[in-house]
Amino acid sequence: MDGILFQAFVYLCAAVIAVPIAKRLGLGSVLGYLIAGVLIGPVTGLVGAETQQIQHFAEFGVVMMLFLVGLELEPRALWEMRGRLLGLGGLQVLLTTLAVTAAAMTFGLSWSVALAVGLVLSLSSTAIVLQTLNEKGQMKSDGGQASFSVLLFQDIAVIPMLALIPLLALPELNQALHHSGDDGHAGTTVLAGLHGWQVAVVNLLAIAVVVVGGHYLSRPLFRMIADSKLREMFTAAALLLIIGIALLMTLVGLSPALGTFLAGVVLANSEYRHELESDIEPFKGLLLGLFFITVGAGIDFTLLFGNFAQIAGLTVGLIALKALILFVLAVTFKLRGSDRWLMTVALAQAGEFGFVLLSFTVQNAVIPGVLGDRLLLIVALSMLLTPALFIIFDKIILPRLDRGQAREADEITDKGKIVIAGLGRFGQVVNRVLLASGYKTVVLEHRADTIDGLRKFGVASFFGDATRPDLLHSAGLEDARLLVVAIDEREPALELVKYARRTNPDIHIVARVFDRNHVYQMYQAGADDIVREVFDSSVRASRYALEALGEHPFEAQKSTTVFVKRDREGLRELASLWDPDIPSSENQPYIDASRGVAKRLEDALLGMAESRHDTVGRGWQTPGAVPDVRASRRPLSDNKPPQP
Amino acid sequence: MARVLVNYAHPGQRHSRINRSLARCAEMLDGISFVDLYASYPRFNIDVDQEQLQLLNHDVIILQFPLYWYSTPALLKEWQDLVLEYGFAYGPGGDKLAGKYLLPVVTAGAAEETYQCDGSNCYSLRELLAPLEQTAALCQVEYLPPYVLFSAHQARDEVSGDRHISGYQSLLTALRDDHYDYNAAVKFDHLGYARLADVLTEHN
Ligand SMILES: Cc1cc2nc3c(=O)[nH]c(=O)nc-3n(C[C@H](O)[C@H](O)[C@H](O)COP(=O)(O)O)c2cc1C
Repeated sequence: MDGILFQAFVYLCAAVIAVPIAKRLGLGSVLGYLIAGVLIGPVTGLVGAETQQIQHFAEFGVVMMLFLVGLELEPRALWEMRGRLLGLGGLQVLLTTLAVTAAAMTFGLSWSVALAVGLVLSLSSTAIVLQTLNEKGQMKSDGGQASFSVLLFQDIAVIPMLALIPLLALPELNQALHHSGDDGHAGTTVLAGLHGWQVAVVNLLAIAVVVVGGHYLSRPLFRMIADSKLREMFTAAALLLIIGIALLMTLVGLSPALGTFLAGVVLANSEYRHELESDIEPFKGLLLGLFFITVGAGIDFTLLFGNFAQIAGLTVGLIALKALILFVLAVTFKLRGSDRWLMTVALAQAGEFGFVLLSFTVQNAVIPGVLGDRLLLIVALSMLLTPALFIIFDKIILPRLDRGQAREADEITDKGKIVIAGLGRFGQVVNRVLLASGYKTVVLEHRADTIDGLRKFGVASFFGDATRPDLLHSAGLEDARLLVVAIDEREPALELVKYARRTNPDIHIVARVFDRNHVYQMYQAGADDIVREVFDSSVRASRYALEALGEHPFEAQKSTTVFVKRDREGLRELASLWDPDIPSSENQPYIDASRGVAKRLEDALLGMAESRHDTVGRGWQTPGAVPDVRASRRPLSDNKPPQP
Repeated sequence: MARVLVNYAHPGQRHSRINRSLARCAEMLDGISFVDLYASYPRFNIDVDQEQLQLLNHDVIILQFPLYWYSTPALLKEWQDLVLEYGFAYGPGGDKLAGKYLLPVVTAGAAEETYQCDGSNCYSLRELLAPLEQTAALCQVEYLPPYVLFSAHQARDEVSGDRHISGYQSLLTALRDDHYDYNAAVKFDHLGYARLADVLTEHN
């Protein structure tokens, strides 16, 4: 127990100290974690060999990350990227494998060993790349999307690689090793001894379970949990889902990351998506951090310094080779400007799947242990260097590229999200108008029955309490362009506006309020447009009333327009007198002013007093004529035509 | 029987005397379609299909309006912009109005003498309404001499106003009952109550 607590303390302590400093220095969190790992591992020796096990555990962060990535990706979006996924991703893996294999053979390795090395090193680090791209807000850029396609293909490619590698086994190593691969990856599936086609059928079945189950079972399940109103149950269910899928995938010999990614995609359209996202996010963050620390801690400095020139040279050579291939592919696939360089820099390292494949190759007697250790070091070093490459990209490559182009790419990345909080009668209308005008909205609603009801009519919304910061975060409040607050409770609406204004000072906030007091409060909270929920409809009702009384529709229109204008002015005037600490009914200056406002409004409508300043009395007056108010207010029907 | 449509546009009806009375008169007549554009579209949300259908269903289109800055009130301009669509009123296939008649019924605040080349308004009213006339030409619509009341402000309390209104009634009835002499009308630059008898074949 003490041991675990001590370890946890060391890891957390290293992270808490190193990561904020690294971020402050502009190095990014990944490098912070890696350095923290180096500090507690090789440098101070606070942690030792157990990092190996912790790393296996922490790799689960990658699984969670892919689930989250999947959640962001609707099936349609996935389908649309199929060209890049297969073309760009496939070529990257193929060309890199061939190039590394060839290079390895020139160093005197036999073709089978060289090929295994090629396969191992062709993969990149999903964990580092996605984490960094997200952190830099470049995930949605073209370069980010291309990088993601490649990473996704690599994750898929791991499966056939695991099948291929045992075939490359060296007979002499095999004898020496006596290993039958009971490692936990692919080796111990329930499928041992089945025929190839049977394996394929089981695999397909497992995927079908994820897709169909995710589509049909998740909703009633989450609905039930949502009704229980226990937040931690939702978190538990989300974790259960991911672990369950990972387990199933491991059992049938598929990649758990891929399985959860698929589940994420299936759930991307679900109303519980943002709730899931905000539940899993912290776990993912911590596990990934832990993973990066173990990478740093696992670097074998004795080996490194013993063969520094060789290993450093090989690492740099590997990065250069991968980058070259990536750049050529980026050009071929028509990535432009900074996006081209972004992908080149992002994917040039070897990755955590490389670790997995390496231990697998060693166990399967494909690669000799000594070589394995060195490769492990090269993989880790290349990962360690990636944040440095990103810094070079930011500081050297980007400034050299055409500025206009860089800015253009930025805009696309930030392309405004619209968050609508509350899907009651109010939010529904706003949402419909925005959707019909071709905008994409993210709608949050905390009543599961409302969501279900509207879903039947094809209105998509997400379950969750819109006043919860973590949920707002996953809904994308930070980089949203517009927030519509349509929730029907006073205080939460104010809290939401205050919070949104704090976290995103540039956001435009349209807020629904109930009455005048609420207007004043909302104004102080920082809303841009404040809409009294029944104001416009009652104005419309009064217009109908005027028309029914025989007023000309255009006159009724003008009267109500003037009313609205005057009322707004009055509101603004009264807002300055309103004091949150004194009830309006005891605030004498406020009461006096509101009397004055009411009087002026009436005068204006009757076309009296300073009516020259109102469109009602003022517009289209007969030149030279003194306005005769009473006569002109007579309804049209009183005006008998003269007899011819 | 010609099918007559009166499209009436006046945004300041609470101030209007003469146009309101004219409108009332047109509205009361049987067999004449009357539309108060500002009442139908107080928020300028003109229903183009509906308005085009109205045009198709009539032979004589009257635009009744007070002269505002030598032109039509804003909504009537908007109406022209939206309803006289390309492909409907002009352009390829835009012959849907061909052969119809357009008759402006205009009230002007200034006196008749001012509307001539040495008057304070420099141009005749017919000249000032040239955009409307040319619009008609482009739409293959025959332009009839405008029925005009000058000095509309004085007229509102005088006999001239009443006479103008009764003249309007005769004009509308004549158009409806085919007692309007289109050939005789061509000779006139514009018409007022005084010369009206010259174009009405069967004056009643
Ligand atoms: C905005 C405005 C612009 C006007 N422009 C003109 C003008 O250009 N020429 C003119 O003779 N009278 C002009 N007048 C006077 C109107 O034509 C006149 O008031 C109207 O025809 C009277 O009819 P009513 O009593 O039905 O309103 C204008 C009046 C207004 C309110």
